[in-house]
Amino acid sequence: MRESLEEVDYDVIVILSPHWQTYVGTHFLGVENFKSLSVDPVFPNLFRFNYDIKVDVELAKAIHDQAEADGMAVKMMENPDFRVDYGTIVACHLTRPDWNKPIVSISSNRSRHYYSVEVMQEMMIQLGESTRKAIQASGKRVLLIASNSLSHRHFTTESAIPEDMSKEHITSHAMHLWDMRILDLMREGKTQQVVDEMPEFIEQAISENDGGSLTWMFSALGMPTYSPLMHGYGTIIGTGNVIMEWQHEKKGGV
Amino acid sequence: MSGIIKSLVVPAHPHPYLCPDANQGWANIRAGFDEARRQIEESDADILIIYSTLWPSIIGHQIISDPNPEWVFVDHDFHDLGSIPYSLNIDTQFAKDWDAANKARGLQSRCVNYHGFPIDGGSVVALKLLNPDNRIPAVICSSNVYANRAETTVLAKACADAVEASGKKAIAVVVMSMSNRMFTQPVSPDEDAIHSLKDDEWNQKMLEFLGEGRLEDLAQLSRTIQGQIRVQKVVSFKPMWWLSAINGQHNNFNGQVLAYEALHGAGGAVVVLDPSEGGIGDKEYDEDDVENYHGDRNVLDAATGAFIEIEEHSLSEFDSLVLKTLAKEESGPELWQGTKGENLVNTDAAPKPVGPYPHARRIGDLLYLSGVGPRQAQTNSIPGGPIKNENGDPLDYDIEAQTRACIENIKVILEASGSSIDKVLDVTSFLVDMDRDFKGYNKVYSEYFRDVGATRTTLAVRALPTPIAVELKVIASL
Repeated sequence: MRESLEEVDYDVIVILSPHWQTYVGTHFLGVENFKSLSVDPVFPNLFRFNYDIKVDVELAKAIHDQAEADGMAVKMMENPDFRVDYGTIVACHLTRPDWNKPIVSISSNRSRHYYSVEVMQEMMIQLGESTRKAIQASGKRVLLIASNSLSHRHFTTESAIPEDMSKEHITSHAMHLWDMRILDLMREGKTQQVVDEMPEFIEQAISENDGGSLTWMFSALGMPTYSPLMHGYGTIIGTGNVIMEWQHEKKGGV
Repeated sequence: MSGIIKSLVVPAHPHPYLCPDANQGWANIRAGFDEARRQIEESDADILIIYSTLWPSIIGHQIISDPNPEWVFVDHDFHDLGSIPYSLNIDTQFAKDWDAANKARGLQSRCVNYHGFPIDGGSVVALKLLNPDNRIPAVICSSNVYANRAETTVLAKACADAVEASGKKAIAVVVMSMSNRMFTQPVSPDEDAIHSLKDDEWNQKMLEFLGEGRLEDLAQLSRTIQGQIRVQKVVSFKPMWWLSAINGQHNNFNGQVLAYEALHGAGGAVVVLDPSEGGIGDKEYDEDDVENYHGDRNVLDAATGAFIEIEEHSLSEFDSLVLKTLAKEESGPELWQGTKGENLVNTDAAPKPVGPYPHARRIGDLLYLSGVGPRQAQTNSIPGGPIKNENGDPLDYDIEAQTRACIENIKVILEASGSSIDKVLDVTSFLVDMDRDFKGYNKVYSEYFRDVGATRTTLAVRALPTPIAVELKVIASL
């Protein structure tokens, strides 16, 4: 994916991460620079990372304002002591290890927990539209990242070190089949169908798409109908994960 | 006297610490914390044990063992209220002891000692308000998102083991919301209230139980509470299970509800429970107790047929009941534990016996297997479907799928016994419908045994003990 993105000229990364979970609306990082240490609260043995992140506060505020004007509950996060979530850091680092592009980080509003997947989808479709309007108004060239697993049932035990990789697989065959179905739909350019089937996918595969990022990104891209590039699919602690690239400009997306 | 000398329930939100004066309710919670702190200071406690519902874990449980974690906490939602710098005093040795006790009871567990580890906001607020000068060392444990009652109960009992072994006087603290539904829009402090009347009524009921010291009774309502007033971010409401189990699962407490207020719509309470000689009545009902955790998913082991020989412990009564219920619902007869003894082999990766026999027996260089059908080890389900329903009405089924599952089960038992399918000497097969099934059975059989050279006898029988169409009995060399 990084190799492919080297051919793409962009000004800023806009990411929605399920690991910054907010229950009172959608939040946006609103401080120009965050420099600190990130330690994963769930897997501290795996992830500890010194980060130095520049935020495009202007674009963040523009998306915030547009979403607010479109009726959404939003808030700028302006506390300089805030620790950026590890989901944002991992996804951005593996996309752009040089960290030489500013980011806009959007929280994952957990409306699915309070209402339903359908409500979450409506809100994320609206947030995607607001994001697109704000980006287009800014004139900036943006790389969108939706960070989440597909099927999302973890193993609750792990092998002793050295890790036995023969035990690394999707937790159940049913979840693997769901992943394959969603992957096929995406590869066929049927993003609207992915969104339509999302409630069942989330229920059946406990998908992390309940965090809203994929629906948000598809909405921001205008529900693309072209085929994306698939760079890889694999499992992490039993969850299903794909790296897929929608070459929006190259494919004539608007 | 060592042991748990006091227990606390405290809320998880940062408001009472950061802005108690913005709302009378938040001030009341703060006053409740202050009173609890006063009581702690009057006690001669050696350690504060925190079970925080705000620290999720996935692989087992995690325990902070960094002797002095320091950082600045900022809430993901309420970051505009301010920052909370913290520097905590952790009892590292106790953390290690608890971790070891967890493992001794079958739990996955890990100590966490990494600079900059993000201590959860609930634990930070609790320790800042209950133990501001760090006079009493603390320990903090995560809450596993998938954990059920058994796992949570065993976690608490392991902690109690560590307390007893240490000879310490401990105060147990659970950090939790009661009803946890917050307002999803910003509200001004003076508009704060419990989100709904239903949430408030359930919170009041919980507080009535706690005020009367009926902790175990309340713990046994945990599943109902989860369904009634919890936004289901995790699979179960666990803190009352943990708190009751660490106290020995009884109702003998003097309960004091020091505060109960709304925190952005959620219910927050400060409650103190002191052990007493007697309580109100006995437990209203009992769930089966658990002492050791055997895992309830076994995803990894089931996938690879790992060999687990049950030696020192048998399943709890509850587990046996579940197995029996499953058997009745899905496949007929009661399931048994495999007979134990010298040269006898049993494995959790093969289906449970339906009588008093082992999966296999070693005699010299030979291995004798009991008859093996296609039932699945963990679920008791039948690949290819059962041959009849619970009323005895015949069903369509897939003999090839059943035969394949049957032989896969045999492979698991052979490998668990130190043998393998290529060492099979003799096979006796039983079919309930020779005319219908021989062809499909023979096709799959040939896939596995074509080159093995085992002798074989195939018999037609009227029925098998479970609603299956095929069973194989095998003798192999070791």
